[in-house]
Amino acid sequence: MKKIMNMVNAINDALDIKLAEDDRIIVYGEDVGVEGGVFRVTEGLQQKHGVERVFDSPLAESGIVGTAVGMAVAGLKPVIEMQFSGFANPAFNQVVSHVSRMRNRSRGKYTSGMVIRMPYGGGINALEHHSESLEAIWAHIPGLKVVIPSTPHDAKGLMIAALESEDPIWFMEPKRIYRAIKQEVETEKFSIPIGKAKVIQEGTDVTVVAYGAMIREVQKASVLAKKEGISVEIIDLRTIYPIDRETISQSIKKTGRIITVHEAIKTFGVGAEISALAMEEAFLHLEAPPKRVAGFDVIVPLPKGEPHFMISPEKIFYEILRTVKY
Amino acid sequence: MFKEYEPINKKMFQIMDNDGRIINKTYMPEMSDEDILKAYKDMLFARTADQMIVSYQRQGRIYTYPPNYGQEAISGAVAQIMRKQDWLVPAFREMGAYIAKGASLKEIFLYFMGYEDGVNLKNAENFLPYSVPIASQLVHAAGIGYEIKYRKKDQVVFTFVGDGGTSEGDFHEAINFAGVWKAPVVFIVQNNQYGISTPFKVQTASDGIAIKSYAYGIKGIQVDGNDFFAMYKAVKESFEHAKAGNGPVLIEAVTYRKGAHTTSDDPTKYRSKEEEEAWDVKDPLKRLKAYLVSKKLYNNKEEEKLIEEFKKEIDRQFIEAENYGVVDLEDVFKYTYADMPTDLKEQMVEHEKFLQWRSVRN
Repeated sequence: MKKIMNMVNAINDALDIKLAEDDRIIVYGEDVGVEGGVFRVTEGLQQKHGVERVFDSPLAESGIVGTAVGMAVAGLKPVIEMQFSGFANPAFNQVVSHVSRMRNRSRGKYTSGMVIRMPYGGGINALEHHSESLEAIWAHIPGLKVVIPSTPHDAKGLMIAALESEDPIWFMEPKRIYRAIKQEVETEKFSIPIGKAKVIQEGTDVTVVAYGAMIREVQKASVLAKKEGISVEIIDLRTIYPIDRETISQSIKKTGRIITVHEAIKTFGVGAEISALAMEEAFLHLEAPPKRVAGFDVIVPLPKGEPHFMISPEKIFYEILRTVKY
Repeated sequence: MFKEYEPINKKMFQIMDNDGRIINKTYMPEMSDEDILKAYKDMLFARTADQMIVSYQRQGRIYTYPPNYGQEAISGAVAQIMRKQDWLVPAFREMGAYIAKGASLKEIFLYFMGYEDGVNLKNAENFLPYSVPIASQLVHAAGIGYEIKYRKKDQVVFTFVGDGGTSEGDFHEAINFAGVWKAPVVFIVQNNQYGISTPFKVQTASDGIAIKSYAYGIKGIQVDGNDFFAMYKAVKESFEHAKAGNGPVLIEAVTYRKGAHTTSDDPTKYRSKEEEEAWDVKDPLKRLKAYLVSKKLYNNKEEEKLIEEFKKEIDRQFIEAENYGVVDLEDVFKYTYADMPTDLKEQMVEHEKFLQWRSVRN
């Protein structure tokens, strides 16, 4: 059976299904219990699964992540929310020093399998610290896996996979499209493998890799490109790390051109990794230098200045043209 | 005990004086002579091992090591109370507790020789590896405490931190979470007066650490950490309190780090001989030994013999550790994730190719 869902509904559905079938799962964080989270992703779960399973925690990110480490080593499967990705920073030490290392430190005796989920990204006229895209920082930490869905369907399938993974999953939710995209999603349990990208549109002239809220912008740009006779292959990365080198390099070998689009800042970002991958795996197939369309290396501006920072479909189209005509 | 020694009364909990005389009979724990003697021997074993590690380090046979010298009664008391099913969430200066939990000296040696395998303890359940980032382990203890409550298990968590660690945010967050959850966690602060070189008065303007328990709505007590009987009684009562579902306890064990912070540290740079001598008379082993000798349960001759036996055993385990062998390349990779991602496999295979190339070339 299928049901129309937005991303908020889809993640809620995934959590609901897994809470019902796996009593190791514990959902907590700031305001996630009674209120259901500031974006309502966990709405109704406490009423349904009880206050011991879904609850409000004290306001302390390091404490939330650190206690989840303890729960995980003792055999539970915590799903914790960072209210905004920009507020996850106080937990940096717990994530880098413990979450990502417990398996290695204990030679596999203990694991810290958990899902750390959070809304991220700009374009919603928010206060300072509410608009960053810091996925590259987390993808740089050995031991973590970083997942970013771009549709309600993917959000549900990836969340189920995250909840069934033995590894700690950093699950970033593009809040700009929390409610903007609605689609039919299976009501049954299904999962989407972590570590696999998806070619969501086949093309022949240029490969564009993106993820999260940028997928929609790339799709709009590809419509503009099509009018100019340019055929764009779009890859939705879905998982930032482990990065799917195979799918990306196969596509580059086919199109000969690669553009990465992300909202996160440009330097030392995911686009840099993909450009390096293109050079390592498909050097002789390249018709143009790998291109990055990314945020400037600046602090995300407040709402009045933010349009300068946000990546528009026109900007992506402009770079597609330049790359194809190189 | 908690009532009479409420932190606000500013009365440190003591049972035995510096000469091993019982000065507080009301709270003298009910322990058999054999158990007391066993506790002393356990502490002596830990001290002997600790001193030998420092000398191995000086010989260049082991890397950096944080000595326990002077603080043995704290772990020594926990060692007698902690059960197999209880959790130990250590910092890195609790040797007596590790041994009680089932860690072998060989494993401890391996870790400080630079093998991760040293924390994969063969005979110790419910024991987290050493936590080097100060105070960060305390929140893990609170999380384990939640799991115990959630699963309605008969377990208690013992966790440790130093006085320096009480300045960290995680100290606050851990006790706050555990307090809200009424989690069965015994937080033990080894207040050994220094965070490396920084004296306690520079860590906090607070009048001790135990008094902070009020702010979290939990029980707290300041204990003479060099008084084995006081430590035993305080840990025992805290254990019972936590086990009964009454929530966490904060124990401040006042002690002195007679050795260096680690083997890389030189305490003569920041503390005086007079100060060291003043603490020397409060040495935890000296005091308990004086008690045992006064009761005619123990004597110097026995001690000499015991130390000789211990040294042989310690050295035997050390040599075993020294012969542990090389670390395989795969060992470096395979514990990063449950299944090795393709990226990592490729990096390993690439490096193997290089190693082959090098072996052929040489």
